[in-house]
Amino acid sequence: MSTLALRDLKLLNFKTNSGFWLYLMTDCILFASLFATYIVLHGGTAGGPTSRDIFELPMALTETIILLTSSFTCGLALLALRQENLKQLVVWLGVTYVLGIAFLTIELTEFSSLIQAGHGWQQSAFLSAFFTLVGTHGLHIFIGLLWLFTMVIVLFKRGFTPKLKRQLGLFALFWHFLDLVWIFIFTVVYLMGVMPS
Amino acid sequence: MTKRSDEYSRTLTKYVIGFLASLALTMFAYALVSGRILTGDSLLLVIGGLALVQMIVQLFFFLHMADESRPRFRLVSFGFMLSILVIVVAGSLWIMYHLNYNMMGMSAAEKDTYMTSQKDKGF
Repeated sequence: MSTLALRDLKLLNFKTNSGFWLYLMTDCILFASLFATYIVLHGGTAGGPTSRDIFELPMALTETIILLTSSFTCGLALLALRQENLKQLVVWLGVTYVLGIAFLTIELTEFSSLIQAGHGWQQSAFLSAFFTLVGTHGLHIFIGLLWLFTMVIVLFKRGFTPKLKRQLGLFALFWHFLDLVWIFIFTVVYLMGVMPS
Repeated sequence: MTKRSDEYSRTLTKYVIGFLASLALTMFAYALVSGRILTGDSLLLVIGGLALVQMIVQLFFFLHMADESRPRFRLVSFGFMLSILVIVVAGSLWIMYHLNYNMMGMSAAEKDTYMTSQKDKGF
């Protein structure tokens, strides 16, 4: 690759990374407003269950550990990508993917058991805020998994292209960021929701 | 080649440390709540603090924010985001928890009487 092309590529990488980072920052503000809404409406149970009645800490802890491990394996995948080690990359991305699916399954199980017990989002302001906050995070995870899936297909078809490398780097940022948001959901929604007052 | 593998092992170490530290912080916060070691506001402060520490750990070890070269575009935009976040969250809570007080056309003494009478109704 000529020097000029390399410089162009570096500039393009910098621009894409910066733009994506700015998107993540705006997403943080979206989550901040959902958190503010949740905290304000936390007491608005309208005769329905309170957070103490419906949250199960061991399940939330399992979700946290799964997502944290998935964030870690995503970092290992990024390292394998830098080494251009295809086998390791595919293994770590696969582990990340499976952990993401496991997380989403637990979350959807929790949602569906709440809805079946009659505690859907329409019951109270507290439940609306809960489903919106946690559901928005779950939606991000779902989109991340779709994104990862398409990238792995492209990886098998075309190998290590500069574009794919850039995109996998962005995906790792996205995934670490979702883990960061979940820590606050775990703390504010689950831990603070059931703690002894 | 040595330089490259140096960087490889350094980054790997960072990921492992970040992972173990996050795991420890999560388990500690969980144990504090489920073990009923602290209660009330002190527990609230401690687990809130633990979440903040874990955020810093992950920003440093997973998102590599300290490795950025000047002009530190990410750090600056992160700082700006944080200021908006504090205004949105702290501002919302501040306003919403004082809404009744601020919206009523009463004297201070009348407000106090009214708010005390409303307290049992869960407002």
